[in-house]
Amino acid sequence: MAQADDMHTASGRFGLVAMLLAPIILVNSFVFLLPILNLFRISFNEALPGGGIGPGGTLENWYKLAEDSYYLEIMLRSVGMSLLVTLLALLCSYPIALYVHRAKGAWRTFLFVLVVSPLLTSAVVRTYGWIAMLADQGLINNALGLLGFSPLRLLYNQTGIVIGLTEILMPYMILALLAGFGRLDPRCEEAALTLGATPVQTFWRIIVPLTAPGIALGCLLCFVLCVSSFITPRILGGGRVFLLATEIYDQAIVTLNWPGAATLSILVLVIFGAALVVYTRAVNRLN
Amino acid sequence: MEEARTSWPLKILVLLLFAFLLVPVLVVIPLSFSGENTLRFPPTSWSLRWYGAIFQNQRIMSGFRISATLATLVTILTLAITLPAAYVIVRLRTRGSEFLYNVFTAPLLLPTIVLGLAILIIFAPLGLLGTFTGIALGHLVLTVPYGIRVTATALAGLAVPVEEAAATLGARPLVVFTRITLPLIAPGLLSAAALSFLVSFDELVITLFLAGPRVSTLPFEMFRHLETRSDPLIAAIAVLMIALTLGAVMIVHRTVGLSKSFAGGR
Repeated sequence: MAQADDMHTASGRFGLVAMLLAPIILVNSFVFLLPILNLFRISFNEALPGGGIGPGGTLENWYKLAEDSYYLEIMLRSVGMSLLVTLLALLCSYPIALYVHRAKGAWRTFLFVLVVSPLLTSAVVRTYGWIAMLADQGLINNALGLLGFSPLRLLYNQTGIVIGLTEILMPYMILALLAGFGRLDPRCEEAALTLGATPVQTFWRIIVPLTAPGIALGCLLCFVLCVSSFITPRILGGGRVFLLATEIYDQAIVTLNWPGAATLSILVLVIFGAALVVYTRAVNRLN
Repeated sequence: MEEARTSWPLKILVLLLFAFLLVPVLVVIPLSFSGENTLRFPPTSWSLRWYGAIFQNQRIMSGFRISATLATLVTILTLAITLPAAYVIVRLRTRGSEFLYNVFTAPLLLPTIVLGLAILIIFAPLGLLGTFTGIALGHLVLTVPYGIRVTATALAGLAVPVEEAAATLGARPLVVFTRITLPLIAPGLLSAAALSFLVSFDELVITLFLAGPRVSTLPFEMFRHLETRSDPLIAAIAVLMIALTLGAVMIVHRTVGLSKSFAGGR
């Protein structure tokens, strides 16, 4: 009973709050805040051969990033590929999102479940599905063979990664688009059509501007997920396509250059920040 | 009028795009019944041999056992950590509740490749690499934010007057919590548990940084297998994993509703 009375006093309340929050603060600090802060610090440490971490306070890792054209190349490849995947995902997702948005009742729920169901399947499984589609003896090349065409090399190159990532990121794009479609009132479209606009005019003048916030959000999400994706590029690229994420992993696990990997990680976060700035500007202009 | 707005070309386009979206998952199901030695789709012969092969593959079986144990432990820990925290954030309205919520869910904003590397560098000198404990801690980085999201939503949706009535009638805070609050948010907790289990069971990127020769998970073993060959063994495992996922999703759907678990759903 004495303890229950304590709850009403300020110190008792503070003690209770501290006790309830202690586990999460411990876990959050030890496995999230501390490692991330340490990552920033390590990017200014010298890399010693064999996985050692040398003295700090050096900009050597950053110089290397700026000087070596290899890093510029993988950065441009990562960003360029992510922009392409984002555009393709938008083009493939927009009709689905529009259709789901207009659907009603149980049909809408069913379609929604179809959209999110790939999200609940592990990335390894979905990537494997793409191997079955794209491989030399896969569905696409066997179908091409039946039609008398020569087979295409779709796997272990950038083409395969772009196709796979587009599909894997589509559910995120569709969900973001749907979240932004709330402003889309069917009466606006009807009004435009009644006033003599063609369906094409209605689409570009009414539907696209009204859904622009959703498009911006979806593109941000897709781009960010694409730049940092690792499993799909690694498997579909067969270790032959070098991107930022695969380079981080290789430096961390294979060459054991942790300061180098940390520097590349910070670079990925900087790209995230840049994407966020572009997104914020775009949204401000829309308003 | 409603139907007329969606024209036939659009309907066909949507059908094709849905096919594109679902085909990589669907293609795995017939492939798992392939009778061939290598990946070929469509297969020219059928069998159950790849399902049999799962049980003869020691690495896959050990990975599955570790993943199942790991996901169970991580789920229990996630609930134990997030329930009190969500209670403080939603109910006690401490100063800075929103700030705390943002800090605790922040790991989801960072790419797993960065989180994995950051944790690797901290864990290496502590001898946590390649250990069960290390991987479990690594998974908590992701499951705790999801857990706090779902439990906080469940708690926020609960009417405060019910708790107040119980307190007014003389129930002590702990009794109110265990007899009133807990049963009412049970569906939310179940959904948080299912989500944590799935996230941990499917997690790969952070695990790639933390697993070692002695302790590795099922997705890790599948990834390693795929790096060297792409035979239908992975298809058979995938079908079993999809079945497991469907089971977990049914639990979430029956109790909370699928769309509520995802931010984008209305």
